[in-house]
Amino acid sequence: MKQSLRCLSLAPSRSTSPTNGFTAASAEPSHPYAGLTQSSPVGILLRLGLILTTLLILGVFLVLPLVVVFAEAFRQGWHVYCAAISNPEALAAVRLSLSVTALCVAINTAFGLSAAWCLSKYRFFGRNALISLIDLPLSISPVVVGLLLILVYGQHGWLGAILERWGVRVIFAFPGIVLATAFVTLPLVVREVKTLMETEGSEEEEAARLLGANGWQIFYHVTLPKIRWALLYGVILCTARSLGEFGAVSVVSGHIRGFTVTLPLYVELLYNEYQFSAAFAVASLLTGVGLVTLVVKTVWQHRINRKLNRGQDCLFEEASFPCASK
Amino acid sequence: MPFRVRERHPTLPGFGLTLGITVSYLGAMVILPLAAFTTFLASGTGWSTLWEPRVWSAIRLSLGSALAAAMVDAVLGFVVAWVLVRYTFPGRGFLDALVDLPFALPTAVSGIALTTLFAPGSWLGAITEQWGFSLAYTRWGILIAMVYIGLPFVVRTLQPAIADLPSDWEEAAASLGAGPIVTFWRVTFPSLRPALLTGMSLAFARAVGEYGSIIFIAGNLPHRTEIAPLLIVIKLEQYDYHGAAVIAAIMLLASLGILVTINALHNWQLRWQEGSVA
Repeated sequence: MKQSLRCLSLAPSRSTSPTNGFTAASAEPSHPYAGLTQSSPVGILLRLGLILTTLLILGVFLVLPLVVVFAEAFRQGWHVYCAAISNPEALAAVRLSLSVTALCVAINTAFGLSAAWCLSKYRFFGRNALISLIDLPLSISPVVVGLLLILVYGQHGWLGAILERWGVRVIFAFPGIVLATAFVTLPLVVREVKTLMETEGSEEEEAARLLGANGWQIFYHVTLPKIRWALLYGVILCTARSLGEFGAVSVVSGHIRGFTVTLPLYVELLYNEYQFSAAFAVASLLTGVGLVTLVVKTVWQHRINRKLNRGQDCLFEEASFPCASK
Repeated sequence: MPFRVRERHPTLPGFGLTLGITVSYLGAMVILPLAAFTTFLASGTGWSTLWEPRVWSAIRLSLGSALAAAMVDAVLGFVVAWVLVRYTFPGRGFLDALVDLPFALPTAVSGIALTTLFAPGSWLGAITEQWGFSLAYTRWGILIAMVYIGLPFVVRTLQPAIADLPSDWEEAAASLGAGPIVTFWRVTFPSLRPALLTGMSLAFARAVGEYGSIIFIAGNLPHRTEIAPLLIVIKLEQYDYHGAAVIAAIMLLASLGILVTINALHNWQLRWQEGSVA
């Protein structure tokens, strides 16, 4: 009984997978609320009105901005578009953004995998504190992230003077941009991988251990295949966010043209110089990355829902034979 | 229960290594900057910044608009979440996927897109201009950007709550003679309130700290349309680190307060739902 309660509470606690199971619930024609509102003409009007309101809200707030980006980007034709994204400054911004992203994704993936392993396989003192610390970057304003980095690595900061003596410049240079981006994207991989590791459990890893596998073998042959989709989704989230981070990078970059201007900063620069078509052309590249993230997220959500539903069925079967587990 | 014991005496290797990596990375990336920030604040004068009228009005504007945006998000998000969960219509899957767009789009891109959409003379701005008012470069612009950035939080926290509503309650209410409105207001809405509040506080926290999508549409006039994060950037450009740190501290305190509130709400919601299941 206790076990069945646990799997019932599993659904609401997974608030990150909102689509979980609701397609089935809403497709069901015998739902009392649906029946109640569909039967009367008032109900049909209400239903139509609500759907139209939703279309209006999402149309104005989500669809129109997307349309604006591409319409403005191509307003002056292909030539202007191509020229805007292929001039040396734009290419320098692309190069900088790509190298920052590659570094951040590599660091945060390595950290994310070890943190997820540590936090999902063991229970220890201070575990909750570590989880809160990992989530912290999500609730700090990007601008404040920039300020924090200046206080540590700036000229009068804790480490700034020492690093300066060694000839390393962090603020208004490449390392600062990487640090700012890595800070902002720190939780993304951990959260995805840790959630899945916790749902999957450790039974197979322990079996592998009993059969004599060492730590790396267990991780590579047992854990990695189980979590690869979560890992991929985390990496894609991290990539998109790294490419698009604006506030934190803006504070520590110094806006040196051709050197510390990342793609979003370049968009701002062009926009403030009234080169709207060029700004939107570069913005359309970033929008493309964002749309890819959305597609991957949707696919991933379907996968995890199917898996969760299957998992719950198994739990229910197990729970319906309580004597068997004794 | 056998697995209780297993959790306390882990047999899997790698605890020392992964814990070491986790703690040292978090130490260097998160704890070190926060420690530097706290000592800087403790040592600093700078608290007089708070009494500058420009700072005060920026903080008030940021907190006030974020609160208003969270309320607008609550209403719009409720309708959107309800329709996406309860009704089927062509294009629903597409719209559902699109809800996450404000997360996926870089904030600078959202910023210039919203500004172009609402600026006088273009797109929707041309329509509002005919009616005699402009939304961009005013406080309404700030509100629009904040509503945009916070909408997915409300929708995504409400969707699972609406999908998991115990349907027998509504049936029971209907069979006892309650009309749809009474059923909604007395039975359905109260059970969604915790999720709605959680979504609102997430939207609020994000809106208070948001920078990229707001600065383009805000107009950035001191005392009128200048948000707190922008003022931090301005102070940093003037090398007034103490002033910037004090404003940041106020914003961090607001975020922290929200974080604590969210946790409390979440626990409340879980306890409530477990109670309802039992």
